[in-house]
Amino acid sequence: MSKPYRNQLNFTSGKIDMSHGGGGRAMTQLIDSLFIAHFDNALLRQKNDQALLDIPSGRLAVSTDSHVISPLFFPGGDIGSLAVHGTVNDVAMSGAQPLYLTCGFILEEGLALADLQRIVVSMAKAAQQAGVSIVSGDTKVVERGKGDGVFINTTGIGLAPEGVNISGNLASPGCAVLINGSIGDHGVAVMAGRENLQFKTTILSDSAPLNGLVAAMVADSGGAIRCLRDPTRGGLATALNELAEQSGVGMVISEQKLPVKSEVRAACEILGLDPLYVANEGKLICICEASAAERLLAVMQSHPLGREAAIIGTVTSDPRHFVQMTTSFGGRRIIDWPVGEQLPRIC
Amino acid sequence: MKYISEFRQQHVAQHLAQNIAETAKPDRQYRLMEFCGGHTHAIFRYGIQDLMPDNVEFIHGPGCPVCVLPTGRIDNAIQLAGHDDVILCTYADLMRVPASNGNSLLKAKANGCDIRMLQSTQDALNIARDNPHRQVIFFAIGFETTTPPTAIALLQSHSEGLRNFSVFCNHVLTPAAMQAILDAEQPVAIDAFLGPSHVSTIIGSQPYEVFAERYAKPIVIAGFEPLDVMQSALMLIRQLNEQRHVVENEYSRAVTRQGNLKAQAVMQEVFEIRPQFEWRGLGLIDNSAVRIKPKYAEYDAEIRFPVPAIQASETRGCECPAILRGAKKPQDCKLLGTVCTPENPMGSCMVSSEGACAAYWSYGRLRN
Repeated sequence: MSKPYRNQLNFTSGKIDMSHGGGGRAMTQLIDSLFIAHFDNALLRQKNDQALLDIPSGRLAVSTDSHVISPLFFPGGDIGSLAVHGTVNDVAMSGAQPLYLTCGFILEEGLALADLQRIVVSMAKAAQQAGVSIVSGDTKVVERGKGDGVFINTTGIGLAPEGVNISGNLASPGCAVLINGSIGDHGVAVMAGRENLQFKTTILSDSAPLNGLVAAMVADSGGAIRCLRDPTRGGLATALNELAEQSGVGMVISEQKLPVKSEVRAACEILGLDPLYVANEGKLICICEASAAERLLAVMQSHPLGREAAIIGTVTSDPRHFVQMTTSFGGRRIIDWPVGEQLPRIC
Repeated sequence: MKYISEFRQQHVAQHLAQNIAETAKPDRQYRLMEFCGGHTHAIFRYGIQDLMPDNVEFIHGPGCPVCVLPTGRIDNAIQLAGHDDVILCTYADLMRVPASNGNSLLKAKANGCDIRMLQSTQDALNIARDNPHRQVIFFAIGFETTTPPTAIALLQSHSEGLRNFSVFCNHVLTPAAMQAILDAEQPVAIDAFLGPSHVSTIIGSQPYEVFAERYAKPIVIAGFEPLDVMQSALMLIRQLNEQRHVVENEYSRAVTRQGNLKAQAVMQEVFEIRPQFEWRGLGLIDNSAVRIKPKYAEYDAEIRFPVPAIQASETRGCECPAILRGAKKPQDCKLLGTVCTPENPMGSCMVSSEGACAAYWSYGRLRN
């Protein structure tokens, strides 16, 4: 007996409907012809409800992140690549090498299959570039109006090399603060992509997997790296305040040494935003022993994702845990925690 | 000319700082009120006070549009947004301003009101065009800087016959606030003013001449960049030393004596003076705001919808009224940093990043 005929998914004009999350043939077809086709690996092909992973000895790093970005496609990336980079980077900030990802898709009824395909292809490419396998996944469909096109949750699993001890609570007075490049690119690129903002920029999101850069830094640091943190939502200001609080220290940052692209600075001026608080997706802050700072800077600058790296400040002893900045104007100010989401000002 | 970096150069700042230190006489105080929140923000953000001699003091003024909007008007806006068919449009920095009973536009939005954040009044018109069966209300606030765009949107909707667009008008007038500060029952010791920046591009420098003359106060129209603030401070110190009191214009790259006549004409076409308006912190001030002329009444949200007068009370212990008049500084308030923080603002000066308390708390508190 021949197999019953089934229509191919129409990736040109088709849309997600409720049956794609219903657990029946339509869902299986979506999984087979889109997700497994693009994320293809031996573990996923087994089609079990779980992936069985061999665990080498040592410590595992696990991190999860949900991605709800609007617009789904923005200059320099999309929700698919972002969902890979975001989680890969969170795992990497422990010094671990990310190995596996799981992903959960929440799709809104009516989402164009062409868009979903574009996102999945982008995710597969990002995973391949980062050297991670997507080994388990889930798909749900919610009614029209109950989602924003697509939400993606990813969980990452990585392996921390023997002897590596990197944590947000290990900064101590005298340590140096480094960053691998210019701040605010991602946030400005995304804002420029929003329909209601009528300005165009040439700025691309900096979304990128940082695990390669971290591996190079860890290998060369001789244990001098104390903290790594990716300054995503809330920008550099939030990440520095988190680290100061966690470690019970203060920091002094030099505005003159902070890399900010002139286009980002200009867009922030127009919108009344401060680049210090604007999101990044391909940046890391490294706090290390002062004696190792120059060597680590050289390692970072020789990596493609660290060419504009800079030593931007030092860790100080401060019972109030202030992050301060010497302004390029010659004064001093606090870099405070942000209040809610940064909103454009009227004047 | 580079309009950002050229006005933030450290070597120029140092040169100016030295000039100020040499010009300021050591045997007297120079109490300079910077009128606008934009100035206050620049002073704290760039650490300008660090570059000033001890006897040159900045006193923070009331020129923060979000700060001076009375709570009752936010309550009104939330009521308007509560109508089923209404889309309320607002500039983003009003979203977090506390209303009565712990409410805010942000919370009203979370509770289901359709509230949209805009960059421009033109966005509100687009929303009205796209939603012909909904009532689109623009929550208009600000000094003379933001008034002309509101007037233009109203005139556009009139010529297009957009019947579903209206304006909840809360525009206020700068000279009235300056007058209120100078005429206060317990006047604050102010030697001179850094005059409004963006506002003056619209109204010109001429409206301040009466204050310079009648109250014998030097006034320098000052831009918002840090070098503008320092240069203006130097100009004020010179006037005080020479016992002159005139209006000078440091912000000459944008401000003329007459201002923007076109903008003034559209404002006059659409708006008339309100006999009285409440200012948060300063109380009721005569002739201090505008309302929509009867000719355009159909676009006035206060006529189209019920907008009751709401008398909201200020938080006990909050020093905002005194701070907005320049009588006290943020650090004089007992609530600052204890119950009143940017996350949980109690008074008007903490609600906007332009407010004196927010600027002090966010950038300047390391000095105490």
